[in-house]
Amino acid sequence: MTSLLTYTSKNLPNTSKWAVQFFVRPLSCSSQLRAAPAAQTKSKKTLAKPNIRNVVVVDGVRIPFLQSGTSYKDLMPHDLARAALSGLLTRTNVPKDVVDYIIFGTVIQEVKTSNVAREAALGAGFSDKTPAHTVTMACISANQAMTTGIGLIASGQYDVVVAGGVELMSDIPIRHSRKMRNMILELNKAKTLGQRLSLISKFRLNFLSPELPAVAEFSTSETMGHSADRLAAAFAVSRLDQDEYALRSHSLAKKAQDEGLLSDVVPFKVPGRETVTKDNGIRPSSLEQMAKLKPAFIKPYGTVTAANSSFLTDGASAMLIMAEEKALALGYKPKAYLRDFVYVSQDPKDQLLLGPTYATPKVLEKAGLTMNDIDAFEFHEAFSGQILANFKAMDSDWFAQNYMGRKTKVGSPPLEKFNNWGGSLSLGHPFGATGCRLVMAAANRLRKDGGQYGLVTACAAGGQGHAMIVEAYPK
Amino acid sequence: MVASRAIGSLSRATASRMLRCSGYICRNFSGSSALRTRTHINYGVKGDVAVVRINSPNSKVNTLNKELQSEFMEVMNEIWASDQVRSAVLISSKPGCFIAGADINMLASCKTSEEVTQISREGQRTFEKLEKSTKPIVAAISGACLGGGLELAISCQYRIATKDRKTVLGTPEVLLGILPGAGGTQRLPKMVGVPAAFDMMLTGRNIHADRAKKMGLVDQLVDPLGPGLKPPEERTIEYLEEVAVTFAKGLSDKKISIKRDKGLVDKLISYAMSIPFVRQQIYKKVEEKVRKQTKGLYPAPLKIIDVVKTGIEQGNEAGYLSESQKFGELAMTRESKALVGLYHGQVLCKKNKFGAPQKEAKHLAILGAGLMGAGIAQVSVDKGLRTILKDATLAGLGRGQQQVFKGLNDKVKKKALTSFERDSIFSNLVGQLDYQGFEKADMVIEAVFEDLSLKHRVLKEVEAVIPDHCVFASNTSALPINEIAAVSKRPEKVIGMHYFSPVDKMQLLEIITTDKTSKDTTASAVAVGLKQGKVIIVVKDGPGFYTTRCLAPMMSEVLRILQEGVEPKKLDSLTTSFGFPVGAATLVDEVGVDVAKHVSEDLNKAFGERFGGGSVELLKQMVSRGFLGRKSGKGFYIYQEGVKNKNVNSDMDGILASLKVPPKSEVSSDEDIHYRLVTRFVNEAVMCLQEGILATPTEGDIGAVFGLGFPPCLGGPFRFVDLYGAQKVVDQLRRYEAAYGKPFTPCQLLIDHANSPNKKFYQ
Repeated sequence: MTSLLTYTSKNLPNTSKWAVQFFVRPLSCSSQLRAAPAAQTKSKKTLAKPNIRNVVVVDGVRIPFLQSGTSYKDLMPHDLARAALSGLLTRTNVPKDVVDYIIFGTVIQEVKTSNVAREAALGAGFSDKTPAHTVTMACISANQAMTTGIGLIASGQYDVVVAGGVELMSDIPIRHSRKMRNMILELNKAKTLGQRLSLISKFRLNFLSPELPAVAEFSTSETMGHSADRLAAAFAVSRLDQDEYALRSHSLAKKAQDEGLLSDVVPFKVPGRETVTKDNGIRPSSLEQMAKLKPAFIKPYGTVTAANSSFLTDGASAMLIMAEEKALALGYKPKAYLRDFVYVSQDPKDQLLLGPTYATPKVLEKAGLTMNDIDAFEFHEAFSGQILANFKAMDSDWFAQNYMGRKTKVGSPPLEKFNNWGGSLSLGHPFGATGCRLVMAAANRLRKDGGQYGLVTACAAGGQGHAMIVEAYPK
Repeated sequence: MVASRAIGSLSRATASRMLRCSGYICRNFSGSSALRTRTHINYGVKGDVAVVRINSPNSKVNTLNKELQSEFMEVMNEIWASDQVRSAVLISSKPGCFIAGADINMLASCKTSEEVTQISREGQRTFEKLEKSTKPIVAAISGACLGGGLELAISCQYRIATKDRKTVLGTPEVLLGILPGAGGTQRLPKMVGVPAAFDMMLTGRNIHADRAKKMGLVDQLVDPLGPGLKPPEERTIEYLEEVAVTFAKGLSDKKISIKRDKGLVDKLISYAMSIPFVRQQIYKKVEEKVRKQTKGLYPAPLKIIDVVKTGIEQGNEAGYLSESQKFGELAMTRESKALVGLYHGQVLCKKNKFGAPQKEAKHLAILGAGLMGAGIAQVSVDKGLRTILKDATLAGLGRGQQQVFKGLNDKVKKKALTSFERDSIFSNLVGQLDYQGFEKADMVIEAVFEDLSLKHRVLKEVEAVIPDHCVFASNTSALPINEIAAVSKRPEKVIGMHYFSPVDKMQLLEIITTDKTSKDTTASAVAVGLKQGKVIIVVKDGPGFYTTRCLAPMMSEVLRILQEGVEPKKLDSLTTSFGFPVGAATLVDEVGVDVAKHVSEDLNKAFGERFGGGSVELLKQMVSRGFLGRKSGKGFYIYQEGVKNKNVNSDMDGILASLKVPPKSEVSSDEDIHYRLVTRFVNEAVMCLQEGILATPTEGDIGAVFGLGFPPCLGGPFRFVDLYGAQKVVDQLRRYEAAYGKPFTPCQLLIDHANSPNKKFYQ
């Protein structure tokens, strides 16, 4: 891993001691050869399919992703979603009445706004004649929103769909205990004072202990961080490798932010507070600092720490997707095509976060591409350990043969094309909103660097995963 | 057959994990130290940490035998002498087994208690060296860490265990009638506190890793890993080793302390234990409880208490001495030999001697969702078998489904399963009223009412819908299988599978083959039974097979004893004091009076006078009055929901009075009543072997103890004859024969054994 990381460390602004020490190692030549991706010939010129409508992204935006408990903490989820939607309206100037449908992804649902897509759309100034629904699929909820939109367009039902996602981790629904809930519901039904009193007499103090939603698998009761730590251990990913990878993510994100590459971010004037313009979770540190942290999940000897995990994030994103001919008719210059996609799922206990490993070869096969065809990789970074474990799994024939039923490995993605503008570790990970960020990052990177194909992939709770090919729209 | 529920749970712990005979001898390496090749242990050094890996060749488990111990000490001496090594990790290379215990055969080969004591002294000395090691030793435990294995682990300075279901720690010695003889009785109380140590040593229970952590038995847990670049088990062991090495380093660098933080409760307990008066009270309480439960039939638990007491009150030296002496004494007791014999028998009955069936049964169908049918379904689905449960009515089916669910849900409450696992297991069960899907069944087990014509009807219906390879098994306790098979188109596929109630608790499965049953059918039935976690005996068809046939004459004697005026309560206490887990009268109630009547009538018809004794009229009258036993709320006793102490059913007085026969004073002492029951049982068992119903005495003993609750301390009817003496048994029988005639006539095989004292069922 370290040898792969050397390439990036060269590009980093901070030349701390640790970086220097790795320079001595011979640079892997492959990374240098692959440096000019656009020049390579592709397996396929385009992924357009006969008799299937091309689906394009006109543009996509997100409000800044903030660590939960900061500037968005007094808002509700639909406030964030609304901000993303109005940002999209401003950015694209799309006439409200052409939007056929709106889909949002979210994970932890605010009970009051369970169809958060509709509540946000109404407030954002979309037509009240535009229906909206909300989907949930853990960390790939926004991906599900997009692919649902793709399906609606490709099948000819609609021409213009807005897809997005939102998550507000600053506030989560904490419930009364089941016993308390039962009592309250029974009280509602009680007709006489006697009935009420007899119900109340059954009250016990322990009824008041609340039920907290856990970021844990329902099926295994294991928290995701714990599973990530085990995954890292299973693939023998060291703490140092994980910290180095996390540092890379933060450094790249900082660089992208400083260079103004994160063009999908739209400012958000938070009521009662100052306008938020930037993601606030990017905090490049040093390996020494990171090494001081104690393991967060498997104590005292685990390797996953707060520094090499994605943090709890508030944020929202939205994307305007259309049938290609519709976009052109409306006079847009789309950013990218949304091409083949797959969903995968596997054992939620021991392979919880291996979605990208399973999804990548499948989507490539489906599209008729190879790893070499991909110019921009955008992987969701849940944990450093998860990313590095996926790399190792993707690079293992043994794993491919024994667990994926494939003859050979797909290979791990070259790091110089990988999450070059930071990832979920540094930019943040509002569960329901990350998918759109990944797609926009891939599309924007392809435009900026002149590549043709991007691969977006993510893992999700429940042992699920997703991958999609993004094709740059010809300039 | 609730009878042996107690033993069932007792011996389940021993089931497959503990003390195993090693079955291999390192003949080639008698001079191994000179050759420097080791067969059981290899060791390498990582930095300044020595990693000692235990891996006995040609065996699934590691057992502490002489070779392993000497190699181990050799390695440890090297480690202690080496300047490079500052700490050590002790680990097994076998997934699923750290050290399963001491080698039983090592003890069995000893002729005197002094020899056994000597073995114990050696073990104590070895482990004391470990305990006093200046270089910290970390035991990295994955899998079974039992008996001597646990004693080894607790001698180390630090313990890390894998947190999976296979990792269990425990001191099962008591189940073999002995005690932890390598310092365990002395170290364990100090480590986990006296009450917890007593609990472990007196019950022999297995302790899972997370519980062990809470008790302070292990210091750290390591979660099992999923697949990575290697198979999960392999990588998990590797990871355990890596973690253990870090801790070993930390310990030798003094970065980690071996002192454990005690919780408030632990502090309170240890404070209380420092008061002599409290200690005395605890010893007394524990002793009382043990005496009550064992009825004084098992010497080991009392000696364990004694040894622990000696260690605490008189210091280590005295404790160790007492431990080794008592260990030696216990190993020579009849009870220990009986229990060890049962253990070996159980291991044998957990193997399929018929080989693998041509087609593995994956789809099961069970007919009848009653107590038995649902029980069979439960033990099948939780082993991953797709199971159809068919009943004639929706209500009956629903009851059965609820029984399966409840069985699984109880495990969730005990945290043996997660609710998710329960749901996914329960999804293996398909409840239905018709024969849909039977075309895919590999085996059909019928558990419909015990009525030949009904069984015939069911068999014909089933044969119309099942595929050619499908086995038809009948769960019956008495109907001869060949009579059931008489209407079959394919009698070679018909077999008997006699389960015991409650199926999820009782370990025994009696498989009955007819002359026509094919070997593959038998292999298939045994394979399914093993998968269901059963201990299996395979017997020939005949009236009452083996288990029911042995029980019947004893029951007949029970009736006679009752008719002779012995109160049901008195009879119960007489039988339990002999070692039966359930009293004879209670047993009739549990089995069901109607079932008992049915079976007695059938068997009396088949065997005639020999099965005589009490009058079946007693059972008939009970049935006609509706006293069917527990299921109807009344039998010899009255059963009420939530009432623990059951009362005698006074309505029985009239029935008993009307059938009263005068007792014969020369054979009616308490002891005679014991032996009248037991000798009839034993005589019938030996006759089953003589007639070829039983293939081996081992199966006879296992069937009697695990299916019928024959006192485990006697080891089963055959072991009993061996240990008690065939001559004595015959003498008793003759005495009773003089009083009662034919029912007590000893069988020829028993007489043969009595005539030649060298003849033993177990050589």
